[in-house]
Amino acid sequence: MEWASQLCENRGLGSKMTDSKYFTTTKKGEIFELKAELNSDKKEKKKEAVKKVIASMTVGKDVSALFPDVVNCMQTDNLELKKLVYLYLMNYAKSQPDMAIMAVNTFVKDCEDPNPLIRALAVRTMGCIRVDKITEYLCEPLRKCLKDEDPYVRKTAAVCVAKLHDINAQLVEDQGFLDTLKDLISDSNPMVVANAVAALSEIAESHPNSNLLDLNPQTINKLLTALNECTEWGQIFILDCLANYMPRDDRESQSICERVTPRLSHANSAVVLSAVKVLMKFMEMLPKDLDYYGTLLKKLAPPLVTLLSAEPELQYVALRNINLIVQKRPEILKHEMKVFFVKYNDPIYVKLEKLDIMIRLASQANIAQVLAELKEYATEVDVDFVRKAVRAIGRCAIKVEQSAERCVSTLLDLIQTKVNYVVQEAIVVIKDIFRKYPNKYESVIATLCENLDSLDEPEARAAMIWIVGEYAERIDNADELLESFLEGFHDESTQVQLQLLTAIVKLFLKKPTETQELVQQVLSLATQDSDNPDLRDRGYIYWRLLSTDPVAAKEVVLAEKPLISEETDLIEPTLLEELICHIGTLASVYHKPPSAFVEGSRGVQHKRIPARAGSGESAESSDVGQSGPSEAPPAVIPSQGDLLGDLLNLDLAPPTATVPSVQPSMQMGAMDLLGGGLDSLMGDESDTLGGDIGGSPSMGAGLGVAPAAMPTALGIAPAVGGGLGDLFDLGGGVGMPTGSYVAPKTVWLPAMKAKGLEISGTFARRGGIIQMDLTLTNKAMSVMTDFAIQFNRNSFGLAPAGPLQVLTPLSPNQTIDVSLPLSTSGPVMKMEPLNNLQVAVKNNIDVFYFSCQYPLSLIFVEDGKMERQVFLATWKDIPNDNEAQFQIKDIHLNSDAASNKLQGSNIFTIAKRTVEGQDMLYQSVKLTNGIWVLAEMRIQTGNPNYTEMELSIKCRAPEVCQFVFLCYELVLKN
Amino acid sequence: MIGGLFIYNHKGEVLISRVYRDDIGRNAVDAFRVNVIHARQQVRSPVTNIARTSFFHVKRSNIWLAAVTKQNVNAAMVFEFLYKMCDVMTAYFGKISEENIKNNFVLIYELLDEILDFGYPQNSETGALKTFITQQGIKGQHQTKEEQSQITSQVTGQIGWRREGIKYRRNELFLDVLESVNLLMSPQGQVLSAHVSGRVVMKSYLSGMPECKFGMNDKIVIDKQGKGGTTDEPGKSELGGSGKQSIAIDDCTFHQCVRLSKFDSERSISFIPPDGEYELMRYRTTKDIILPFRVIPLVREVGRTKLEVKVVIKSNFKPSLLAQKIEVRIPTPLNTSGVQVICMKGKAKYKASENAIVWKIKRMAGMKESQISAEIELLPTNDKKKWARPPISMKFQVPFAPSGLKVRYLKVFESKLNYSDHDVIKWVRYIGRSGIYETRC
Repeated sequence: MEWASQLCENRGLGSKMTDSKYFTTTKKGEIFELKAELNSDKKEKKKEAVKKVIASMTVGKDVSALFPDVVNCMQTDNLELKKLVYLYLMNYAKSQPDMAIMAVNTFVKDCEDPNPLIRALAVRTMGCIRVDKITEYLCEPLRKCLKDEDPYVRKTAAVCVAKLHDINAQLVEDQGFLDTLKDLISDSNPMVVANAVAALSEIAESHPNSNLLDLNPQTINKLLTALNECTEWGQIFILDCLANYMPRDDRESQSICERVTPRLSHANSAVVLSAVKVLMKFMEMLPKDLDYYGTLLKKLAPPLVTLLSAEPELQYVALRNINLIVQKRPEILKHEMKVFFVKYNDPIYVKLEKLDIMIRLASQANIAQVLAELKEYATEVDVDFVRKAVRAIGRCAIKVEQSAERCVSTLLDLIQTKVNYVVQEAIVVIKDIFRKYPNKYESVIATLCENLDSLDEPEARAAMIWIVGEYAERIDNADELLESFLEGFHDESTQVQLQLLTAIVKLFLKKPTETQELVQQVLSLATQDSDNPDLRDRGYIYWRLLSTDPVAAKEVVLAEKPLISEETDLIEPTLLEELICHIGTLASVYHKPPSAFVEGSRGVQHKRIPARAGSGESAESSDVGQSGPSEAPPAVIPSQGDLLGDLLNLDLAPPTATVPSVQPSMQMGAMDLLGGGLDSLMGDESDTLGGDIGGSPSMGAGLGVAPAAMPTALGIAPAVGGGLGDLFDLGGGVGMPTGSYVAPKTVWLPAMKAKGLEISGTFARRGGIIQMDLTLTNKAMSVMTDFAIQFNRNSFGLAPAGPLQVLTPLSPNQTIDVSLPLSTSGPVMKMEPLNNLQVAVKNNIDVFYFSCQYPLSLIFVEDGKMERQVFLATWKDIPNDNEAQFQIKDIHLNSDAASNKLQGSNIFTIAKRTVEGQDMLYQSVKLTNGIWVLAEMRIQTGNPNYTEMELSIKCRAPEVCQFVFLCYELVLKN
Repeated sequence: MIGGLFIYNHKGEVLISRVYRDDIGRNAVDAFRVNVIHARQQVRSPVTNIARTSFFHVKRSNIWLAAVTKQNVNAAMVFEFLYKMCDVMTAYFGKISEENIKNNFVLIYELLDEILDFGYPQNSETGALKTFITQQGIKGQHQTKEEQSQITSQVTGQIGWRREGIKYRRNELFLDVLESVNLLMSPQGQVLSAHVSGRVVMKSYLSGMPECKFGMNDKIVIDKQGKGGTTDEPGKSELGGSGKQSIAIDDCTFHQCVRLSKFDSERSISFIPPDGEYELMRYRTTKDIILPFRVIPLVREVGRTKLEVKVVIKSNFKPSLLAQKIEVRIPTPLNTSGVQVICMKGKAKYKASENAIVWKIKRMAGMKESQISAEIELLPTNDKKKWARPPISMKFQVPFAPSGLKVRYLKVFESKLNYSDHDVIKWVRYIGRSGIYETRC
């Protein structure tokens, strides 16, 4: 055909598109020629011309100049020609709005055509023309088409409502199209139902609070009926919509599950995955002892395994999802290890994902097989895959204790291969094994030291240095080894420098006599010749520590390290739960909430914590797809890049603490420690951090004390902190009277235990400022001076915001009252009980330690009043497992009084409802770290003798519920 | 939902570009070209996120198909749709090649307009599409009103895969049980993993709207019948090569014509088939698989510059059956300088470009064995890394189903037309092929 050859010519030009000059010169003539052909009398010629125009459009040429000529061809009986003209219109109408009006008449006429295919085509195309003037004309035809007798037209019109909504949402609402769309859910034709559901779901996404998709048992029943009858795609729309429904009880949940399970045998993997999503979500509601629950678990495994025989791209999607499912419900696939064995010809992205799942499924029962496989993989060609396999061996060792020995020997075999990157990777994981099983495998150190020279990657070098420092007493030539690294100190990366500094200090503390020179050398390199603030800070800290109190230095630097935990790279539970709700979608492929990669309002609705803002990771978003889930253990000291990343994230996140962040590095110290298991406690940032930490190299895991935590731990308060302290003093001095309850002071440190110093105290929150009120009494015979105070890391990062202001010496029998302002930006570590605070007080005599507990209301912030709708959504969103019930007895308050009293302690009543003589109060509390606690309080109003209150508390971090209850009790009873 | 769909040739030139959503601009076309097709390092994921835009891609020969979106779409659906689109295009104009796409670009745009509306996949069954998307384009005028509404009701209806009024002089159907048997075996002969993934492909040439019921020797069904008291007719199992009564099916998936809820409740497979060829079901088994061949490798390193390889293959099925197209691929190290091969049967050749010795045997009966030995000369290298020893892989075709699956019946009922189950001519064929059939050495 002629036009085809013409097209090929065009394409020849297309390939030289960069040569724009060449283009413009030929274009004029060509357009002119086309214009003539378009206006030809011969139908065939016309059609050929339009085809040429479309071909040019495809390769990116601007043929908008032909707009009137092409639109003139619109009035035709030839369906093919009509479709081509429409295609052109959709592309250029926006750039030529005035001329686009010319097309309106034809559209309106076509919507009345006796042929349903033409009616549908017209309404479908009209919706794609994003010109305001045209949309006005669209309304009437659309209204007719929504009620058309032909289902093909109705299903097309249903989607058109979504199109129109995207152009002009207000218009759609005003015209009442949403109601018509809702009616279509009851349509007799399953495909109309499916498209209506798809359109409504999309519109509902941009109206998070509307009750648009009013899912109730009746509509659910309709959807489930349509599910059996519509196309594979329609089934996906319906299942994805069903997944958003909250069944009222476990029976409803079971009956939906029963009707969804047949979908697991569908040939379309997306139908299967969407069904899995519905089942995974609704299973939560089923009692675990129910027979059906077990049956359902068994039914889920085979279809998931079958997904692995799909095409590789789908396998990839399936594997990313299985990774989530295995974390949520490991029991489903625990016997299916073998299907995740890597095949030699699998694409690399499938291999990496399979490996990840293999480790998750590794257990004592199958570890031998897994190890044999991993060893095999470690000899493959692809460098990334081999590295990951080596790391996996290390993770097996940490996860399954019985296999540790075999893993270590496998790693040693691999080191013998001398393949550079294998050796380096092995050393990094052996370091972690040392940390998990101290004093067990140190015999291999000699072999490791042999490979010192071949290490050229910072992570491996740092790991090796850590090992040398940690076991300096067992390595005869540790000083020589470390000295050799010191020569090129300035060329090393930061993580190696930091590690080297620490290792040499460790060495010095272990063998002080022969290494004095070395330690001085490294300290001066770190403090005087380096412009890296982290390195300098750490250097100075060590320096002062060593010069003032070597014994303390030993305690700090050589402190016993906490064991590293086995499952370090698990996705943080709230995120995991959110991702489970997104099975099958991009979110489940990226392992990120939709808000992390979707712009604007879309997708925000499904977030579990309404207050969360975008996590701002655009900088790394481009490689999101490629990078597999992180397999590295959590880093105590992330590499430079990650530090920066965290900072950025922090800036983007909403302010969660009422105090300004004291000092970036200090904040980060607090955050970094989170890797362990505290994620659930940290409302906002932990999410993004989880990813960052996991992804950061595992270097430095050996450092007992993070550098940023050191200043506080040692009482060398940074200057900034001091300045802030003054600020707080001011705040404290002004003193705002509030209704918050302050408990009487109790004795925290009896004089007997503290060489005559008695400390009693209490906590108060005054106008947003947290204060620790202390009474110091000198019951000794001598004068006390030089008071200082520090806190250990604690659950909510409480830290003194300034020095302890005891300016005058405390003479015998003298008592002094001090108020210490506190901030919540200190380092965080989960305490047991949660509200425990360990305090050290120093004076000229000694250092004393005591611990005390603070009421949780201390960290209830003033802006803790939630929006009603947000409250509703959040309450629904938090799983029922997280709900805790309490009773408060002997309260003689009516609901208003109670509500007032509670408000004084920042427990805010959002709504009140009276049902059958009971007052229901709905309340919200926000903690300094951004966690929301929601409560429902039930008060008997009718009967004055009945003095019990019932309290249900819901929170994403269920461990705080108990303590929130205690606050309620405390406040209400006093 | 899907915001746009692009098709590129291997150079990265756009052949087809269809944008469905306003948030996808022309720059997305270039972003994919620059970051994926022309990427310096091969892209390591089928999903790529570039500047907050997600790209899904699949490749067919040297043609790239990419779907683009800015939303949190159902990723599995997007890939399923891309595969489906390839199927539809193949059904319309054959192989997906640059030339075919250029020659049919108007048709492709028409199809894309129909099967994807505002990014939502619509009915994409070729059977239905072919009734109203034709290359003539004039059909619209000659249709009667009845014909038109028949089209629309089929496209949107419950049986979207079959049209009414099909007539054949001879009612005939063909069933192919196609299995691929997958194996990973350790050098010591231990089965590390083995499974069969099978497909039942049906070609139906049946008049009217026939109701079909398909039965196989599924363990669950047979056991249930056994309990019910009706024992299988004796001697019925003689059809089988292995004599196995029933097999345990791990999982199966069905073409959308099969009533899934009925399968779920009664485990019966009933459906109204599409006309012509389609895939009725897929299944997977892992228990009691007949492994048609066993590969016994022996690799000996003689010094640093020589390898001795001996591979024995044993066929493990009835002597009366013949395996065909047998191929054993023995990988050789990259620094191979020369190879001498001796084999008892077939032909063997060292293919330097593929780094392998390829041994081909045309036919081999069951319960036989054959062997090959090779001496591989190596160039001395400084490379410290040992040779990775990729597994020995094998290809073959056998005339039975390695899973042991047997078709028990396929009944056809058409109440309105004048033919019964007995009048239908039925053909059943079993073909077992090697999937990934590897033995480590």
